[in-house]
Amino acid sequence: MAELTLVQAINRGLAEAMRADPDVLVLGEDVGVNGGVFRATEGLYKEFGESRVVDTPLSETGILGTAIGMALYGLKPVAEIQFLDFIYPAFDQIVSELAKFRYRSGGQFPCHVVVRAPYGGGIKGGLYHSQSTEAYFAHTPGLKVVIPSTPADAKGLLLSAIHDEDPVIFLEPKRIYRAVTGEVPDGDHRIPFGHARLVREGSDVSLVAYGAMVPPTVEAAEQLASEGIQAEVIDPRTLVPLDESAVVASVEKTGRAVIVHEAPRFGGFGGEIAAILAEKAFYSLKAPIVRVTGYDTPFPYALENVYLPNAEKIAAAARAAVRTG
Amino acid sequence: MAPDRTVISRAPVRASVTSVASAAPGTITAAPSGEGDLAPDQTMSAYRLMVLSRTTDERCLSLQRQGRIGFYAPLLGQEAAQVGCALALKADDWMFPAYRELAVALTRGASLKSIIDQLIGSAADLTKGRQMPNHFGFADQHFVTASSPIGTQITQAVGAAMAAQRRKDPIVTVAFFGDGATSSNDFHAGLNFAGVFRTPTIFFCQNNQWAISLPREKQTRSKTLAEKAEAYGFGGVVVDGTDVHAVYRAVASARERAVRGDGPTLIEAQVYRLGPHSTSDDPKRYRTDEEVALWKQRDPLARLRNELVTAGLLDEATDAKIWEEARAQLASVLTAAESEPPMAPSSILDDVFAQPTPRLLEERRQLDAEPTPPGGGHG
Repeated sequence: MAELTLVQAINRGLAEAMRADPDVLVLGEDVGVNGGVFRATEGLYKEFGESRVVDTPLSETGILGTAIGMALYGLKPVAEIQFLDFIYPAFDQIVSELAKFRYRSGGQFPCHVVVRAPYGGGIKGGLYHSQSTEAYFAHTPGLKVVIPSTPADAKGLLLSAIHDEDPVIFLEPKRIYRAVTGEVPDGDHRIPFGHARLVREGSDVSLVAYGAMVPPTVEAAEQLASEGIQAEVIDPRTLVPLDESAVVASVEKTGRAVIVHEAPRFGGFGGEIAAILAEKAFYSLKAPIVRVTGYDTPFPYALENVYLPNAEKIAAAARAAVRTG
Repeated sequence: MAPDRTVISRAPVRASVTSVASAAPGTITAAPSGEGDLAPDQTMSAYRLMVLSRTTDERCLSLQRQGRIGFYAPLLGQEAAQVGCALALKADDWMFPAYRELAVALTRGASLKSIIDQLIGSAADLTKGRQMPNHFGFADQHFVTASSPIGTQITQAVGAAMAAQRRKDPIVTVAFFGDGATSSNDFHAGLNFAGVFRTPTIFFCQNNQWAISLPREKQTRSKTLAEKAEAYGFGGVVVDGTDVHAVYRAVASARERAVRGDGPTLIEAQVYRLGPHSTSDDPKRYRTDEEVALWKQRDPLARLRNELVTAGLLDEATDAKIWEEARAQLASVLTAAESEPPMAPSSILDDVFAQPTPRLLEERRQLDAEPTPPGGGHG
């Protein structure tokens, strides 16, 4: 066990995976000599050299296209996209190619690439260093979508991603890269996909949150507890595959659901969770499902505090749900 | 555009191999005619493959009109380029095709039956009926299953070459694409990465002069497509794609350089798309019959036939037999392919992931409980 930040846990996971398997390599912009703009690949270039820690030209479609070619050939590339906001030149490679290779070839050409990208707001990054667009990827069949919220989960989910057989979009909550520390197990510690984490037990309302929204959601639950409302907090950890039964079971118990994400509400992933609850837990619901999300606007710079969900907004939504029924 | 200008600007290349503008320092001049040509028996094999490919092409256009396959994109006019290229490659080399590479697949050893199975989308289709016709793939031949977006395979070919470099495998990867793809994002990214990492990649551009309705001169102001390689730090070569020997020589020497560690090559094989872009296209809307007639005089198949006859390697009786055999082979393959059972409805849920997710398992239970809707197959 070691006490690590989330970004250190990712670094540790990458280094251990590369030591264990010579087919694992990382590629991306500034990942080599510089160790990544967030230092996620710090030290890897020195240990593994330029053939396994590949500084690429500034082209996301180049990074993803070459990573796909490497994967088809049998390597296990981990591609870093510097910010999720810059992934769109590679969108075609991700949704048209990576996601579809296994399917379109009838299983002849599986294509296992891990795409790591820091996402989300709260770092004064404005429109192009803050977005949370997980729903685009979750909507595309063939991609697994993973979002850790603790250092231990970050390492455990990353190792599972690298050992998986399918493409994985691994979204890292950069706002809490260094804001949270925690005990991280040594060695080949893997967390299976599709298993939600029960962050906190409660009986009155279920709060569902992932990534950087988990800390304010836990804070909201603590506020609510001081008021006598017992909130349960569930972190799905992987949006695809989604642990639907954990979310449904929690809401069957509490009868109330508050879904939190920083992405805009309309068409956001929270809508999918709400639909699943409406389909599978309708008769347990005592109050309308509530979503606490970003506004349906581009991500603002000066007013990001207004845009982002926080503990107060989450607690208020939970209180309203409890008051309703 | 005035028709006369069209004809002039699109006149077929005359020399069998033309080097790019002599001032370009990165340019590679292909070996002179005669040196390193295909041997007589290889030339006969090339001819047979071209005949089989032409026969298949013509038959598939009519199968689509009869509603027996859903779509088809012919390679009419590009046979020599494809066969010449594929013959210069080795079994361990990797192909990253676009969707018009039928003759490459045949030359690599893909069976005609498996190609026809893909066009029909039956249960025998290796790609399980997932894609529209022409998007076949054969893992055994390192012939990667094609997609429809233009140019995406170019960066992938470079990535596979980077992987081969890492494993020290003495192979090349080949990206197949057309003139239109030279405008795509991935053309730029792919050639740029290939230059930077000096990958063993052959960029095989079949410039068939038309990207659906857009003529080559409206695709780029560059004099040739091959000269674009120079900006990426490696050589480009223009080759007459109707000459199977010229293509073979150009690819063989590009392969040699790549395996030696001397990096990638862009080959522009100048051909002409004698047919429509696809069965959904009407080329009369954008090009003249005169232009097509001019290029028909340089039909690669007729050209090779004349060469073989002149060299005493082929007589009329043998030629007739080759065509007859190709037709008979196709007829029997077609009969067999059309008697294959259709894809099972539940197969729609396979291969999304290595293992189905709980959600996909739930969808399978739903699907199994529903009646199969009408209108299956290629329709």
